[in-house]
Amino acid sequence: MLEVAGLTTKYGAISALRDATLTVGSGEVIGLIGPNGAGKTTLLNSVAGLLDPAAGSISFDGVDVTGSSPEKLLRAGLALVPEHRRIFTDMTVEENLKIGGITRSAADRASDLDEMAELFPVLRDKWTTAAGFLSGGEAQQLAIARALMSRPKLLMMDEPSLGLAPILVDVVFNLIATLREQGRTLLVVEQNATRMLAASDRAYVLRSGEIVATGTGTELSGRDDLFDTFVGGAGA
Amino acid sequence: MIELLQNLIDGLGRGSIYALLALGVAVIFGVMHLLNFAHGELITVGGYAAYAASNQGWSWYVITPLIIVCAVGASLLIERIAFSRVRGASDFTLLLTSFGVHFVVSAIFLLYVSASVKTFSRPRWVTNTYSVGSLNIEVFDTVVIVVTVITLLATTWLLQRTMFGLALRGAAADFDTARLMGVKSDSVIRGAFALSGLLAGIAGVFWLMRSGSTTPSAGIDPMLSGVLAALIGGLGSLRGAVLGGFVLGLAEVLLRSRLPDGIAPLTDGVVFVLIALLFIFRPQGLITVAHAERV
Repeated sequence: MLEVAGLTTKYGAISALRDATLTVGSGEVIGLIGPNGAGKTTLLNSVAGLLDPAAGSISFDGVDVTGSSPEKLLRAGLALVPEHRRIFTDMTVEENLKIGGITRSAADRASDLDEMAELFPVLRDKWTTAAGFLSGGEAQQLAIARALMSRPKLLMMDEPSLGLAPILVDVVFNLIATLREQGRTLLVVEQNATRMLAASDRAYVLRSGEIVATGTGTELSGRDDLFDTFVGGAGA
Repeated sequence: MIELLQNLIDGLGRGSIYALLALGVAVIFGVMHLLNFAHGELITVGGYAAYAASNQGWSWYVITPLIIVCAVGASLLIERIAFSRVRGASDFTLLLTSFGVHFVVSAIFLLYVSASVKTFSRPRWVTNTYSVGSLNIEVFDTVVIVVTVITLLATTWLLQRTMFGLALRGAAADFDTARLMGVKSDSVIRGAFALSGLLAGIAGVFWLMRSGSTTPSAGIDPMLSGVLAALIGGLGSLRGAVLGGFVLGLAEVLLRSRLPDGIAPLTDGVVFVLIALLFIFRPQGLITVAHAERV
């Protein structure tokens, strides 16, 4: 479904991501793990169209989408739950979800709103509350629900468990498990490597802007040379 | 007491026009972080349209929609020709571009029309007044206030209840995230310029009805009022912009009537000093725009 080949993204003269190649097949849950500053967010933002890659190609559903705008990519079926959630704090929960479904018809949007209320009972109880008043866990669920409103073929999430209390981290991973059972295709960036490996079909390990390993959870957890990836934040 | 009431009504009338102008400035600032120093040119363009139409003997029933259409058209055209090229540039580049647009538009009228003041007939009712008790109320102020209230209600409805309004608010809060949701940057920015032009057009009708004239640099005064009111209210806040407009209008009228005779001609200066004081104590303006997120 998603094929990234030789992707390089630069901030000025510095390459934050070098020659990254990865694939995501339909129905797969793929983890993207690695220490802070490894280029995970850069990779997702490049795929989502927020950053222009300096080299390489991205193809989605067999179509070359390298350099496309985020609004175009969303219409193609590619949604991103951005780092730090970035929910619209001045808008209500309902309005946040509506804007997530802006590309859909009014009728579809209305039925999807009902579906989200069912899938996320926490949000249903705060439907008309300004999103700025939500707790971190609620806000993360809102960010994910908002992205689901566009009915994406591929949902990318950037650090969904970041800054959450342990009990809420469970909520997020349960949600990933639920979405996986529904057969959705996910590409998830996580610092919590051990849990992400358990929750995904395959994973890629990024370090200093390069993909250094790939494989299933069991394959990767057994590798001593990736130890720093699992303790997190140790750097390269 | 009566004098105070009188001042309040005058101030609300004046503040209404400022509020419409400031709201237009704030809408543009919201979506592209552009403090539009060319906002007044929309009124200049409307002014010359009114002058041309008035020369043809057209009535204000025709001139009014003409001014509004010209303001919307000019707003979209300026976006297409100038501002679309500097999208995403630094705030300073955007600011300089808007100054550039201001000078170019003035120069066009200076070169191709005339440097002198062009006058046109004003509707007769503009100077009429009516009495309520011992209050003397201008028909004009009444019309301005009523139309402004209706316009603000309609704008609120547009922003709160339509998908375009949602997209605009989303883009103003966080442009990249709005795009990630599928909000088209072109549509939302053009929509913002159209809305800003519409608000400037309505304000322009009143501004021009009152002045009955235009010059190549006629845009400076309405621009200053609109930008100042938006700054007073707190840039980025639409509610703040409207509030800032009314505060500025009331302050001007109250000061003009209350200051000792010797200082009254310096009202504008006194207003600027007060605004400077406001910014010393509240640099963010009256309403703070918060995008804080709890963890």
